[in-house]
Amino acid sequence: MTKLKMTVNGQQVENDVEPASLLVEFLRGPLGLTGTHVGCDTAQCGACTVLLDGQPVKSCSILALQAQGRSVGTVEGLAAKGQVHALQEAFMATHGLQCGFCTPGMIMAAAGLLARNPKPTEEQIVYALEGNLCRCTGYVNIVAAVQQAASAMAGKQGGAA
Amino acid sequence: MYSFDYQRPGSQADAVRAAQGEARYLAGGQSLVQAMKLRLASPERMVDLGGLAELRGIKQDGANLVIGAMCTHAAVASSAEVRRAIPALAELAEGIGDPMVRNMGTLGGSIANADPAADYPAALVGLGATVQTDRRSIPAEAFFTGLYETALEPGELVISVSFPKPQRAAYSKLRQPASRFALVGVFVCQGANGVRVAVTGAGSSVFRQNAMEDALAKNFAPESLAQVSVPTDNLNGDIHGSATYRAAMIKLMAQKAVASAAARAGEKK
Repeated sequence: MTKLKMTVNGQQVENDVEPASLLVEFLRGPLGLTGTHVGCDTAQCGACTVLLDGQPVKSCSILALQAQGRSVGTVEGLAAKGQVHALQEAFMATHGLQCGFCTPGMIMAAAGLLARNPKPTEEQIVYALEGNLCRCTGYVNIVAAVQQAASAMAGKQGGAA
Repeated sequence: MYSFDYQRPGSQADAVRAAQGEARYLAGGQSLVQAMKLRLASPERMVDLGGLAELRGIKQDGANLVIGAMCTHAAVASSAEVRRAIPALAELAEGIGDPMVRNMGTLGGSIANADPAADYPAALVGLGATVQTDRRSIPAEAFFTGLYETALEPGELVISVSFPKPQRAAYSKLRQPASRFALVGVFVCQGANGVRVAVTGAGSSVFRQNAMEDALAKNFAPESLAQVSVPTDNLNGDIHGSATYRAAMIKLMAQKAVASAAARAGEKK
């Protein structure tokens, strides 16, 4: 066992982990954060996408210990004080999901994009979601959801300023 | 995956000291972790390079651009320094895998893994780069020795890669749409070492296409390649494409790369 210290959704976490433990196993097991899904388990589908220091990564493709001292964001960390995040709202409003299995990964990849680029073009959204597979929707409404979330978030910022 | 002993050294010297016996260095892990899950790799010890900030720099060194082994593909793609010195290299990095892979995967990890369809080997051989390890410098052409094989000795650590800045260069890739690896990728470069054409994805390891280099040395234009024949000997053939198809794609990708490189020349001083 090796001592692992990191921040998960803003909370300091300290646990002993087996070196062979994947980040997604650590999140879903000891931390009980089952919103991050294991889809293909072979790094192809992106359902397990989380943010590592703000950047989307596949949590099934990295060891938990690779997140040592870093900050991890999962879909559970998006909703603040019971209020769904603009991305979650937009995925519901535009029917950006059907079965919903890929949705946490889609949302986290999109969150990583919007943090870097608050006003992405359609092409940039498609490029950012290239590593996320959805077997239900045909992607059109997923792209629409990200567009809607981007304008909602821009509006909110504008209002607050 | 099988269990292993885990080390996270704080310095390059400690990393090399820790890599004894059946040890593997862990860079981004984008190939290695999956290989371990499939039990294709089962190192007794993992030496995680994640704590070595010294391997993450990008700097100019005279006529060369030196990129640290632990620079991620995303860092190379977004580096203003790389964009200025060797835009073809930034574009290549931007096309590797998908965003999540680029945020973890590294230059050093990619070349040490030497996947036959990886993109970076084409850039290293095409630009005539030199790999710096903890003990020696290795020219790119001597570095890649075969299918997933390199000249690295057990425990040898890749520190950085030094890329000579070309006059003009470009990379063109036909992506395998599911894996995003190169079905065929061709890196074309005109620089101090003359014209070089390096092909990845088509054989067991990256290789140069001498007939194309000769034709382009006379006239650096896509049409110069029209009459060059691409032999199918030693080319890969699989469900994604026969050797004949790959040979045809080598020519097409080379022509596209030459066209992009030639178009780029106008914008450079």
